[in-house]
Amino acid sequence: MAVVTPADVRGPIDLALRGRHRDVLGLLFRIGLLGMLVLSLATLVVLIATTLTEAWPVLSDRGMDFVTSDGSILASRTGVRQGLVGSLVLVGCVAVIALPIGIAAAVYLQEYARDTRLNRILVANIRNLAGVPSVVYGILGLVVFVQALRGVTGPNTYGRSYVSGGLTLAVLVMPIVILITMEALRAVPTGIREGAYGVGATRWEVVRSHVLPYAAPGIFTGAILALARAFGETAPLLLVGAVTGYLNTPSGRDPIEILQGQYTALPTQVFAWAKLPGEDWQANTAAAIIVLLVAILVVNFVAILLRSRYERTW
Amino acid sequence: MDPTAVTLDLMRGSASRRRKERVVQVLFGGAALLGLVISLAIVLALIEGAVSWLLSIDLGWLWSDGWYPRRNDFDVATIFLGTMIIAVIAMLVATPLGLGAAAYLSEYAKPRVRRTLKPVIETLASIPSVVLGYFALQWITPNLVERFFPSAGTANLLAAGLGVGILTIPLVASIAEDAMHSVPSSLREAAYGIGARRRTVTARVVFPAAVSGIIASLILGFSRAVGETMVVALAAGATGGAQRTINPLDPGQTMTGAISSLAIGSDQVRGSGFAFDSLFFVGLLLFAITLLLNIASERFVRRVRRRY
Repeated sequence: MAVVTPADVRGPIDLALRGRHRDVLGLLFRIGLLGMLVLSLATLVVLIATTLTEAWPVLSDRGMDFVTSDGSILASRTGVRQGLVGSLVLVGCVAVIALPIGIAAAVYLQEYARDTRLNRILVANIRNLAGVPSVVYGILGLVVFVQALRGVTGPNTYGRSYVSGGLTLAVLVMPIVILITMEALRAVPTGIREGAYGVGATRWEVVRSHVLPYAAPGIFTGAILALARAFGETAPLLLVGAVTGYLNTPSGRDPIEILQGQYTALPTQVFAWAKLPGEDWQANTAAAIIVLLVAILVVNFVAILLRSRYERTW
Repeated sequence: MDPTAVTLDLMRGSASRRRKERVVQVLFGGAALLGLVISLAIVLALIEGAVSWLLSIDLGWLWSDGWYPRRNDFDVATIFLGTMIIAVIAMLVATPLGLGAAAYLSEYAKPRVRRTLKPVIETLASIPSVVLGYFALQWITPNLVERFFPSAGTANLLAAGLGVGILTIPLVASIAEDAMHSVPSSLREAAYGIGARRRTVTARVVFPAAVSGIIASLILGFSRAVGETMVVALAAGATGGAQRTINPLDPGQTMTGAISSLAIGSDQVRGSGFAFDSLFFVGLLLFAITLLLNIASERFVRRVRRRY
């Protein structure tokens, strides 16, 4: 009696399923999609490679000297210290203003607000704000912080100060902070809230000691991404008067004077240098971009890793 | 009175807890209202500036052969066409690359590959636009545009459009991938069950099921391209002004580029009258266009959410 083993039927069945021929079109389709993916990622590689080659003379000759020098009209002596410090101060302002307000607004909209017409309008409105081009926020900053509030933001600098720049960037990233925080809060299961209510907690106690701790990794990642966005933003700063040329930073000022004083930022420096003619300045621009990219990409990648590590599925 | 009795007063909790509750609610509600205040401020600032500018100029200035603010040539068509040319070129780059990458990640890639590459694409989204501007000027113009179109100048709309396109890829890819990935696997399994191949499932099942999200990603990408400033300011090459053109190889000006170059030149221009304040008008136009696009994409996203 003949015994039919699984191995004997495997072949014919496979053949029948494949329709007796290789799926050439399917293979081409798959290769096409893969090609699109590879091409998308290749732009990143080309961008970093060309910038690095262009920047190499400056980075290898001057090294840390480039990072610690002030701006100069001489290409061989200029550096990004002022821009780097400026950007960090701006990001600090954004963190102090936009994060607490943004997180508070998100908690209200997600945890407190009932499904009323007003609250639906608030959420839709914040979604739209997140899509407004950054240069329009620059116009807002120009009208409100630079012109209308000149007395507070910078009496001696025509309102073109760290305060104006920081407030403008804070307004710009706030919708992003709110949306990401709301998403993180939404991911916390209702059961956790109900458990806390069950033992008599008030709404604020539920939020503070149950919802926020569980949502913290998501909120934290969102905050980092928003700050990185603020760090790289250029267009609005041009409108609220970041210095694009040579900047003189006198020493011995108190913190308030510094915050009301003139400023520059790393991305605006990149912009200003990119427009200058000559090989030296192109190399300087590339080197400044490397500093900017290192700061942003490292921070971003850490944030995304954190998210994927602590991401919970309930 | 019975010491163990639960009264209504006890259930309300202590006065200080209730007070704290009220304070927190008011504070947080205020923070939420701030969003509304900000958008009102934006709209008011733009409308006020734009209307007073429109009232002060000769409306014939809005129609001429180019955008030269210092010569009182405020041809709106110039910057509108420039913006559209750049956005269309950008979408010609971002649509195939973004959707292709999204389809591969969602339908073909192994879960581990997807988990690694999705963050990389999201990282790509965080590259500052000024960096892409430099890249467009230094690499795209000499290596792509001038090689294939020797007649093009150093500054041209094509290079800027390609730069903006690269910037838009991750946005399109990320949103489209989310949309495709959230198509329930039962739909795929049903198709496999009747003998469909993977390409058929991707193109005829997943794609139509995710089409709302995919359209939303494209509209958002377009809106992002319309609002992009720094790439245009560096690579499209019109700091002072530009002729009206529909040829992508010419230098040109966009709405965002016009705003930023007015802002940079503000020291020299401010005294000379009408030029600087035109940025409110251009800003209002830009705001209106992107708002409409965002509302449209929101419509499509909501359609996805309702379905699954």
